[in-house]
Amino acid sequence: MAANPMYQFNVYRIGPEIKLGDVDISFTNASLFMVISTLAILLVFNLGAKKKSLIPDKIQLLAELSYSFVSKMISDTAGTKAKPYFSFIFSLFMFVLFCNMFGMIPYSFTVTSHIIVTFVLAAFIFIGVTIIGFIKHGLGYLKLFVPSGVPMVLLPLIVVIEIISYLSRPISLSVRLFANMMAGHTMMKVFGGFVVSLGVVGGWLPLSFSVALTGLEILVAFLQAYVFAILTCIYLNDALNLHH
Amino acid sequence: MQKKIVFKILLSFAFITQAQSAESGGMPQLNPEFWVSQIVWLVITFGALYIVLSKVILPKISDNLEIRRSQILENIEIAEKQREESEQKVKEFEKIILNSKIEAKNIFNEARQKVLSDIDKKRNELENSLEQEIVSAEEEIKALNTSSIENIKQIATETSSNLIKQLIGEEISRDNISSIVNEIAKKESEKRDNV
Repeated sequence: MAANPMYQFNVYRIGPEIKLGDVDISFTNASLFMVISTLAILLVFNLGAKKKSLIPDKIQLLAELSYSFVSKMISDTAGTKAKPYFSFIFSLFMFVLFCNMFGMIPYSFTVTSHIIVTFVLAAFIFIGVTIIGFIKHGLGYLKLFVPSGVPMVLLPLIVVIEIISYLSRPISLSVRLFANMMAGHTMMKVFGGFVVSLGVVGGWLPLSFSVALTGLEILVAFLQAYVFAILTCIYLNDALNLHH
Repeated sequence: MQKKIVFKILLSFAFITQAQSAESGGMPQLNPEFWVSQIVWLVITFGALYIVLSKVILPKISDNLEIRRSQILENIEIAEKQREESEQKVKEFEKIILNSKIEAKNIFNEARQKVLSDIDKKRNELENSLEQEIVSAEEEIKALNTSSIENIKQIATETSSNLIKQLIGEEISRDNISSIVNEIAKKESEKRDNV
């Protein structure tokens, strides 16, 4: 059973079954890793924020560099108006990053490899950004779908395309993260299976490939968290500074 | 026709998912059994993370960074001030050096002037005294000259009168002899002058 590369994505109940009315909200391995990631983030950044020395030590430096990294990312893509949303984007980036990174530990569970998790995050961002856009610009936010400088003949087509692309944002955002995580982990599992099945004689090639793939997956784990956060910033930018 | 194809595709999808769920659940991500649980726990954990980060931790980090930035700015300001001060000090120092150089030059010139005038004075004094001495020496020489001529004349007269007395045994008046001696001396001195 363990040889099945999809087996690692199984969600199973840990502890008793919890039911809220009719729905099952039991604590699962996915919940466990969400809690672990959250606690790890809070631990690291609490330690990093506790000491207030002028010359930071390692953990303080880590916290402060992460802070300025995300801060710079937001101000670069969404400008200064996005300052109030800093905490949200920081939490988002860290949550996705830590979930991705904890998923890299063998026998662990990758929270972000589940479409439902990434879709809920993306849908929340989509709805939130749309609400912000309408609050900031009223119905003028609809101008987002009407790019300036387009010939009248092409306008109906362009507007339809823009609307479709806008509506597909949550899907593309969630599927990008989910698919990257799932594909990477499946591939690692497959190559791990090759190592076992080819044995001592032929197993070295897939083993070396597996090692390289691990490095790549760590890169992807960071990169997808970054992409997720920066796309959120870009959507936020659309809502805050209507450019069209 | 089209309806049939769509139906077939749907059927095959259903079949595949059925087969997969029979095997090991197929893609576990598409198994909705724990979707609600995952959503609920995601909301709980992410909400808690967001609240704690935004209310407690991030303000602290932001404060830290702000404090450090202001401290650095302050330090830079102080350093700038001190640099300016030191530049001013250097300028003052250079001024002092320049002044002292000028002063030293003045002192040197004064001293040289003084020494030169001293030397001049001393030399003048020396020259004066020398001149005086020369004058007195010359006078002495002159006096000696005249007195020696007189003496010579006297001696010449005496010796010649003595000689004459011994030679002829009689006395000749001194006046005659001295006049002769004078004449000879005059001639001699004229001869010397001519030469």
